[in-house]
Amino acid sequence: METFLGIDYPTWWFLVVGGLFSGYAILDGFDFGAGAWHLFFKKEQSRRIALNAIGPVWDGNEVWLVIGGGALFAGFPVLYATLLSAMYTPFMLFLVFIIFRAIAIEFRSKEEGKLWRKTWDICYSVSSIMLAFLLGVVLGNVLQGIAIDEKYQYQGTGFFEFLNPYALMTGCTTLALFMVHGAIYLLLKTEGRLYAKLTLLLKRAIIGFMVIFGITSLYTLLYIPHLSDDFKSSPGLFIVPVLTFLSIANVPRLASKKNYGYAFFFSSLTIGFLLVLVAIELYPTLLISTLNPQYNIDVYKAASSTKSMGIMLIFVAIGAPLVLGYTIFVYKTFKGKVKLDEHSY
Amino acid sequence: MDTEILARIQFAFTVSFHYIYPPLSIGLGLLLVVFESLYLKTKNEEYHQLAKFWTKIFALTFGIGVVTGIVMEFEFGTNWAVYSRYVGDVFGSALAAEGIFAFALESGFLGVLLFGWNRVKPWVHLVSTIGVFLGSMFSAIWIVVANSWQQTPAGYHIVGKGMHARAEITDFWAMVFNPSSVDRLLHVWLGAFLAGSFLVLSVHAYYLVKGKHVAISKRAFKIALIVAMVFSLGQLFTGHHSAEGVAKNQPAKLAALEGHFDAKAPADMYLLGWVNKEKQEVTGLKIPGGLSWLLHYDTKAPVVGLNAFPEKDRPSQVNAIFQFYHLMVAIGMTLIGLTVWGSFLLWRGQLYNKKWMLWAFVFAVFLPQVANQVGWFAAEMGRQPWVVYGLLRTSDAFSQAVSDNQILFSLILFLMVYALLFFLFIYLLTKKIKHGP
Repeated sequence: METFLGIDYPTWWFLVVGGLFSGYAILDGFDFGAGAWHLFFKKEQSRRIALNAIGPVWDGNEVWLVIGGGALFAGFPVLYATLLSAMYTPFMLFLVFIIFRAIAIEFRSKEEGKLWRKTWDICYSVSSIMLAFLLGVVLGNVLQGIAIDEKYQYQGTGFFEFLNPYALMTGCTTLALFMVHGAIYLLLKTEGRLYAKLTLLLKRAIIGFMVIFGITSLYTLLYIPHLSDDFKSSPGLFIVPVLTFLSIANVPRLASKKNYGYAFFFSSLTIGFLLVLVAIELYPTLLISTLNPQYNIDVYKAASSTKSMGIMLIFVAIGAPLVLGYTIFVYKTFKGKVKLDEHSY
Repeated sequence: MDTEILARIQFAFTVSFHYIYPPLSIGLGLLLVVFESLYLKTKNEEYHQLAKFWTKIFALTFGIGVVTGIVMEFEFGTNWAVYSRYVGDVFGSALAAEGIFAFALESGFLGVLLFGWNRVKPWVHLVSTIGVFLGSMFSAIWIVVANSWQQTPAGYHIVGKGMHARAEITDFWAMVFNPSSVDRLLHVWLGAFLAGSFLVLSVHAYYLVKGKHVAISKRAFKIALIVAMVFSLGQLFTGHHSAEGVAKNQPAKLAALEGHFDAKAPADMYLLGWVNKEKQEVTGLKIPGGLSWLLHYDTKAPVVGLNAFPEKDRPSQVNAIFQFYHLMVAIGMTLIGLTVWGSFLLWRGQLYNKKWMLWAFVFAVFLPQVANQVGWFAAEMGRQPWVVYGLLRTSDAFSQAVSDNQILFSLILFLMVYALLFFLFIYLLTKKIKHGP
């Protein structure tokens, strides 16, 4: 098998997809989180500031979903097909909520009416919550494994099988994590009373996240033992959960010092570390079959041809700096506290 | 209903709805670049006003285009799992390229385009507008390449057997420049420019009729009219070239476009007509030997007919394909007539006095939209029964793991959401137009 720097192409692509999904979770994570808080702000002015905090960037954040989806499709078509058709209902709901959220953001400011704005506020916030939750639900199902047969076909039954206890837990964990992350982002962009309110909300969110995360971790260790196999076989890997824990602990420490710039960095890092944990737990498997371990889809079974992977690694090498370039440009242009003007939402 | 039909209805519906918006974004993007460049060059505040006004409408079309586009990307996996496994190696790379090279560019700069007016220097703003416009043009490249590969596959080989058979890429550039890519891309780009310029024409014609925002509307109308005339004439060439390509690469589709059954006879060209599939004949207004002449410059030259293909390998909805194709062509001709005549009147200085002509432009906004839609219908239905021409049948391509109820549920969901979306789009568009620049 073709390698680059001693690592085979499917593994490289696994890292690329992992990187893209981490980028997506960090970026859309904070704007989903900001949206989840939206109804907590009572004043029209506060809601507008919160909305304009994500205004210039949320659409760019969703690019990572499109690229991540494309990368998964192109690099691991077998996984893409199996996972998306198996998780049909949650993905369809995800799509519907992502539409609702986008139009809520876009349409809210177009009318003055109270009812109009209230309706879109609810749409925006509920969609943001559901999107964060559904991402976690899909992740939970992936971690737990799904019923796939030797033809990579989903054999599950029932419309709502994706809503199992573990998936509900991971869904809540993701939501709580994004709410912490989103609150910190909003703190960076606001001042005055909204800022004071968010300080309080962040404290509660951190506690909420710690509790849910603790329960989910415990459940994982007790009931889904296959996820800790890799750590048992190579104890050196324990450095990752330790780092994750340190990173999580750093968030309330920095938040209490009102050092939200660094706190945002560490909440981003936490999301990154948690996904590294997921990656370690899964690799080289991508999708676990609950029917028979032989039907597991690993990176090699799922991967595209070496030729295709080689081409796409070149794409990434050329494209990544470009994407990074415009991302930095946009965030630099809009850095600092939100100032409303006639072009704002 | 069975899963295959439902999956096809869902895809057709979601993609048709999606395709209202990207052409508008591409076309309006071009005009935004023109308005803003003119502002920078002349410092005339009216161009600035135009750029700002159309940016707001652009934002509306762009936003809906993006979210309905995400749906398309995911539907390949959710509804067409067998297809995705089969073509991921080839088709997926084009889709990934779209994300990295095009979508990131347009969405990255979109924030600056919408919110950056007071934050960045005017030339930086123009660069951002150009970035968004180029991004949308690049998007079209990769999406049309991916679709064209389905029409005329190239640069691949098939590995594995049965369930595990799949296409693998052998030559990336052969895949990108497959036999139909370039013709179809140009046709799609021009169709998008027409959709955008006719929206601008429609709105400003309306203002002119009503005597509102007159000075600014004259400027905008003139620019959009020139754009529309150049590209509607250009469409004649890209369309003709595409048809030649279809004749060469997808003869069954070409035969369906013209309702030509006889396997080895010369073919007529119909201006309008009705196809009777059972009797294998078309009744209507025709130019005898017209198609033969168009393809071979000889009215007697034989053209491959549908009967040259086994029943199971040729499109079944011949009359529908015929009608969609002919509607597209008829609209294309109408657009040429309208823009050339309009330009003539403008040159004579009479256009703005002729209210009926302005009214014609107000309503002409629907024409490019309809042509874009039915053009795609003809292209996609003409490819049937194949999802990848000659390689994979549509009936083999859908997700086996998904039940008909699940698809029906999501289809109803999309019908409701998109109906709401469309209603709101029209409502807000009308409101913005009433408010004016």
